[in-house]
Amino acid sequence: MSKVENNKAWWLVLPVFLLVAFSAIIPLMTVVNYSVQDIFDADHAVFVGVEWYREVLLNERLQESLLRQFIFSFTVLAIEIPLGIAIALMMPTKGSMASVSLIVVAIPLLIPGNVVGTIWKIFGRTDVGLLGWGLNQLGIDYNYAANPVDAWVTVVLMDVWHWTPLVALLCYSGLRAIPDAFYQAAAIDRASKWAVFRYIQLPRLRSVLVIGTLLRFMDSFMIYSEPFVLTGGGPGSSTTFLSQTLTKMAIGQFDLGPAAAFSLIYFLIVLLVSWLFFTTISEMDKDK
Amino acid sequence: MAEIQLKSLAHSYEKSPTGAHDYALREMNHVWDQGGAYALLGPSGCGKSTLLNIISGLLTPSEGEVLFDGVVVNHLPPQQRNIAQVFQFPVIYDSMTVFDNLAFPLRNMKIAEAKVMSKVHEIAEILELHSVLNKKAKNLSADEKQKVSMGRGLVRDDVSAILFDEPLTVIDPQLKWKLRRKLKQIHEQFNLTMIYVTHDQLEASTFAEKIAVMYGGQIVQFGTPRELFENPNHTFVGYFIGSPGMNLLEVQTTANGVSFDGIEIELSDARKAMLAKVPSKNIKIGIRPEFVHVWDKPSENGYECEVQHVEDLGTYKILTMKLGQQIIKARLDEDHAVPQQKAYISFPEQWLKIYVDEYLIGEELV
Repeated sequence: MSKVENNKAWWLVLPVFLLVAFSAIIPLMTVVNYSVQDIFDADHAVFVGVEWYREVLLNERLQESLLRQFIFSFTVLAIEIPLGIAIALMMPTKGSMASVSLIVVAIPLLIPGNVVGTIWKIFGRTDVGLLGWGLNQLGIDYNYAANPVDAWVTVVLMDVWHWTPLVALLCYSGLRAIPDAFYQAAAIDRASKWAVFRYIQLPRLRSVLVIGTLLRFMDSFMIYSEPFVLTGGGPGSSTTFLSQTLTKMAIGQFDLGPAAAFSLIYFLIVLLVSWLFFTTISEMDKDK
Repeated sequence: MAEIQLKSLAHSYEKSPTGAHDYALREMNHVWDQGGAYALLGPSGCGKSTLLNIISGLLTPSEGEVLFDGVVVNHLPPQQRNIAQVFQFPVIYDSMTVFDNLAFPLRNMKIAEAKVMSKVHEIAEILELHSVLNKKAKNLSADEKQKVSMGRGLVRDDVSAILFDEPLTVIDPQLKWKLRRKLKQIHEQFNLTMIYVTHDQLEASTFAEKIAVMYGGQIVQFGTPRELFENPNHTFVGYFIGSPGMNLLEVQTTANGVSFDGIEIELSDARKAMLAKVPSKNIKIGIRPEFVHVWDKPSENGYECEVQHVEDLGTYKILTMKLGQQIIKARLDEDHAVPQQKAYISFPEQWLKIYVDEYLIGEELV
């Protein structure tokens, strides 16, 4: 007996397929298309192979901003993750203070990126900004518009202010999910406070920390509006990050070919780093 | 080594308790002897876990004292009491191997690594965890995890009592008896005081030499499984222990004994005299289904009752009957004749218990 073939159900996949095609595949393919051609106008395009990729990878300005981008992302991760855990550990768990602290911690997350940039731009000014004025009054020569180190510190501080709450809230929820019995068992096993943190809280925060680290890596690697508003990439190009360089290339100079090639490289870097991180973490979990 | 004594202990979760209903534990005095295997049996919410947490120090009692070998330990945290506790759901340290889990309490006490090594191997041997020592603890099955959490209590030389809070809840039935036997074996081997909280009477009576039955925040009876069965001190013990529980009938006193629904049960003169002195109107008689005499034909002194249904449980049958308006259950051996529609029953006086205000009285008169 032959099986009745009825493949009509495949049609049900069509809406999803169309949605994904229009939202992801077609735009991405357009970029791929641009990245391998030199386009003059609608009728004149020349296939150039990997030429744009070669140009982009050899471009010193891009190499510099890529390096700057990695340093920035790892710096903010190195500050935000431990700080977020510390804040989560200090937040009260019971009573009215618990909700108050949740709201207070969450406020920076509700502010749009360019507003955050504006806030810090004003906050850091040496004439009217509390931070800039205050530091100068204390005798510290601070000027984010003129000094690259000050600009860097301000951008990092701004990102820490803006995004540490995300890590803190993730960790807070992770900590709340630990059953009391674990703390009770640890007390009976005579665990020190550090041992409780190291062997109960930290392992149980593992999954939220993986998510938090991935989110923060991807977000910080793609950061655009905050430093753009705050420093405009300066002084010089000391705070020009990858996305800003890319935007300048694509929109400022209308170099669509190199910009497309660069976008794809950008995307692949984010994908690669995230994948490496995730695989390493999952691998650590297995029995030897 | 520890003898655990509770002295007028009471606990309330309220800050300022106003009445008896605010207390999770009502005032109690109790002694757990060194080296005994005890069970704390009772329904959910009767205060078993509260009592256990007070003994281990996770909870500070609001009134009274806990003494270990005569020393008050009320305000000592669990770390400073020589006690281990196994929880309902296995607590293991996920990121560690089984070995590290077992070594954890010893390392916290800064014991030399060579000693840790030999101790962990010794305990792993006993608990049959040797083959999984190098595995990550989180990849174990539930019963192995529970053995690991038990093992963390056993590795410590200073532990003199282990408290179990319904430790077999998440274990498969086939493995339950195996683990229970392991517990008994450990008890015999280590001379530890063990207190085992459960709501399962079978678990309690297979594990413990003596069972404390808790009800409404009080220990209503403390005795061997046999004592609890033959002489329940409280109606709750009668009802909770045994399968099915004791038949309990509300009665009034009469000239010849007691009666309910117009049916009179004669009592001995001594018991009648005793009941005559009781001011309370809350009088019940109780008899175990095992001790109800059943005939299928009318007999002298037999009360006629209607058979409602028979449950055959393989090795015995449970007969449910209606006497007056009351339901009476009787347990019949497999070869006992089973009455159809009508049954004739009697209550042998030596098994007939009298409860006034829910407590057993007059046992010495039988």
